[in-house]
Amino acid sequence: MAGVLDTSPAARAVTRGWSDLTIRNVFIIPTILFLIIFNIFPLIYSLGYSFTDFRASVNEPANFVGLQNFRELLTDERIWNNFWVTAKYVIVSVGGQMTVGFGLALLLNRAMPAKGLITTLLLLPMMMSAAVVGLFWRLLYDPSWGPLNYALGLGDLAWLSNADVALYAVAITDIWMWAPFVMLLSLAGLSAVPQHLYEAAAIDRASAWYTFSRITLPLVTPLLLIALIFRTMEAFKTFDIAYIMSTQPTTELISIKLYKFAFQEWQTGKSCALAYIVLIMVLAITNIYVKYLNKVKER
Amino acid sequence: MLRRNLASLVMGVAFTIAGGLQSRAQAEELTIFWAEWDPANYLQELANLYTAETGVTVTVQTTPWPDFQTKAFAEFNAKGDAFDMVVGDSQWLGAGSTGGHYVDLTNFFAEHKVGDLMAPATVKYYAEYPGNSGKYWAIPLEGDAAGWAYRKDWFEDPKEKEAFKAKYGYDLDVPKTYTQLRDIAEFFYRPDKKQYGIAIYTDNGYDAMLMGIEGAIFSYGGDLGDYATYKVDGILNSPQNVAAVDMYRQLYQFAPPNWGKVFFQEDNQAITENLAAMSLNFFAFFPALANKATNPNADVTGYFANPAGPDGKPQHAALGGQGISIVSYSKKQDASFKFLEWFIKDETQKKWAELGGYTCNKSVLESDAFRKATPFNEAFYQTMFMVKDFWAVPEYAELLTQINNHVYPYVISGEGGSAKDVLDAVSKEWVDTFKKYGRGG
Repeated sequence: MAGVLDTSPAARAVTRGWSDLTIRNVFIIPTILFLIIFNIFPLIYSLGYSFTDFRASVNEPANFVGLQNFRELLTDERIWNNFWVTAKYVIVSVGGQMTVGFGLALLLNRAMPAKGLITTLLLLPMMMSAAVVGLFWRLLYDPSWGPLNYALGLGDLAWLSNADVALYAVAITDIWMWAPFVMLLSLAGLSAVPQHLYEAAAIDRASAWYTFSRITLPLVTPLLLIALIFRTMEAFKTFDIAYIMSTQPTTELISIKLYKFAFQEWQTGKSCALAYIVLIMVLAITNIYVKYLNKVKER
Repeated sequence: MLRRNLASLVMGVAFTIAGGLQSRAQAEELTIFWAEWDPANYLQELANLYTAETGVTVTVQTTPWPDFQTKAFAEFNAKGDAFDMVVGDSQWLGAGSTGGHYVDLTNFFAEHKVGDLMAPATVKYYAEYPGNSGKYWAIPLEGDAAGWAYRKDWFEDPKEKEAFKAKYGYDLDVPKTYTQLRDIAEFFYRPDKKQYGIAIYTDNGYDAMLMGIEGAIFSYGGDLGDYATYKVDGILNSPQNVAAVDMYRQLYQFAPPNWGKVFFQEDNQAITENLAAMSLNFFAFFPALANKATNPNADVTGYFANPAGPDGKPQHAALGGQGISIVSYSKKQDASFKFLEWFIKDETQKKWAELGGYTCNKSVLESDAFRKATPFNEAFYQTMFMVKDFWAVPEYAELLTQINNHVYPYVISGEGGSAKDVLDAVSKEWVDTFKKYGRGG
């Protein structure tokens, strides 16, 4: 016999926990209200502004201009150039993060001394503020007193002033910062691969490449795709690192252009329209990834 | 027990509220918003004197330069009263006045004869909008303009002088024209020794690079347009402006490496770190160069005003500096007016100059005491009578982005065709922008 049950009202309340009604009132309704006030309402409000010529800095009413803002933006060569720069940045940065992150995870997915410490140290970059990372890498890249050119023997290569190199310099910084995130997810995936599959492959004398391509990669792919979705969405929205590191037109990502429209030029209506275009693009890309992820999971 | 607890709680709350109200009634507080730099610290010191005299606490709240415009206008647009006064850029006058963010100071100007007290250029560019309208929105507070620092020891080295004369046929001295500026920059450009000719502004995040280019444009006899009629084509892309922009690109070739995103801090470092022979900067940043604690080369650093065009005339400089405006959403406008009355007094202006602020007060500026107070005050005094400024229309930020978009790649990477192509492109965009806002014919 486990003992006598305490049936007092206080004890019953503790055992029972909160009712569904209480949980709804305490957690769910405030969260939904918060989301409506700070996310949904501005989203709808800004959609309205995107069809006007509203400028927040002047005391004039907003005039309805229909699709003019969207038309102007989508026919503006400079905006398309910003999208092109962003696309290049996303491909280089996310590609680099996936390669480096997954590579590090493969290296760490084996017994080695101080594995925990090494993993923790490798995770440090993604815990730092992007502004600090940007300023820090600006110093590293400096050809006069930065250590990078000295260490690599690159002479006076001006990473951030050179229009051809600046975007890649920013992408390298982003890779340094966010490859650990991919590494973390990959490690989680790698540790979940059943050992008996590797043992069976070893008994069958499967080559290392065969084991990797037929066992490791397919089983880690769902987690890699999740990392890919997160990093693509984030890279598409990158602002801080690129804004701090360089003012080259070749590093003017679409989010920087959006910031300039909204908060330097105060073209509020136009910036809302651009924000919606960016939102639709991010949603479209994410949707493609999610569909692919579902297909992979079904296999 | 419960009743006693409740009573004490109510009493506590009442005391707290009463205490708060009492302290509000006793000490009035004013907040001035400005960018984070030394003059803001000097203003805080000056404001402390006002507090000592009147009991009104004045706090100078600051934010880094790159965020200054964004933060100020975000508060204006929200009609917030976080700041009672703002020391705003001259370009903000249009947006500040037409947007209803600034209080009209025209009557204050007339009543206190502010126009007679301050240097004419500072009244024209820091206070009046539209130009020549007689409507005033700010009191000139911090006069500033672009000038140059140089290494006197390098310039005075007999061997350098001899080599320079042999190469260029005239004596190495403070440049009087942009052509001489270029020659000297080229002469001292020795990348193998990590020594470079010139440090110029190149940050295109806001107006830094344009300040440098404007100096060349104005001294070449050019202009950014007709500020009265909004005519741009034929003025912005004039032969003088084309030559000036081309000159700025040439100067960039003699700058230290990776000099593509620099502003005042880096340009001062060019002198303190023995990087460059000459360095462009606003006068407000020169106190750091004259101070041995922050510049080991302070004793051998000299200063000169922006040189003239290639023919020796005209000679102009880009205007920096700011005026102080009362924010229309402030609930303490009367107290703000009282502070401004105190600020424009001659003795306050003298004190302002002594603390390190660049007074715009005519009599203080012209005094021997001011002109000899620092190694760069004489150059500043000369400069303040030949300054010109950028557009102050409400859409100035769009104009700024457009010129940065075209001129920056040309100066830094030689992209966008010739200087004429670049200025033609800017001119077209400026014409379209003015048309969009219904300005000009």
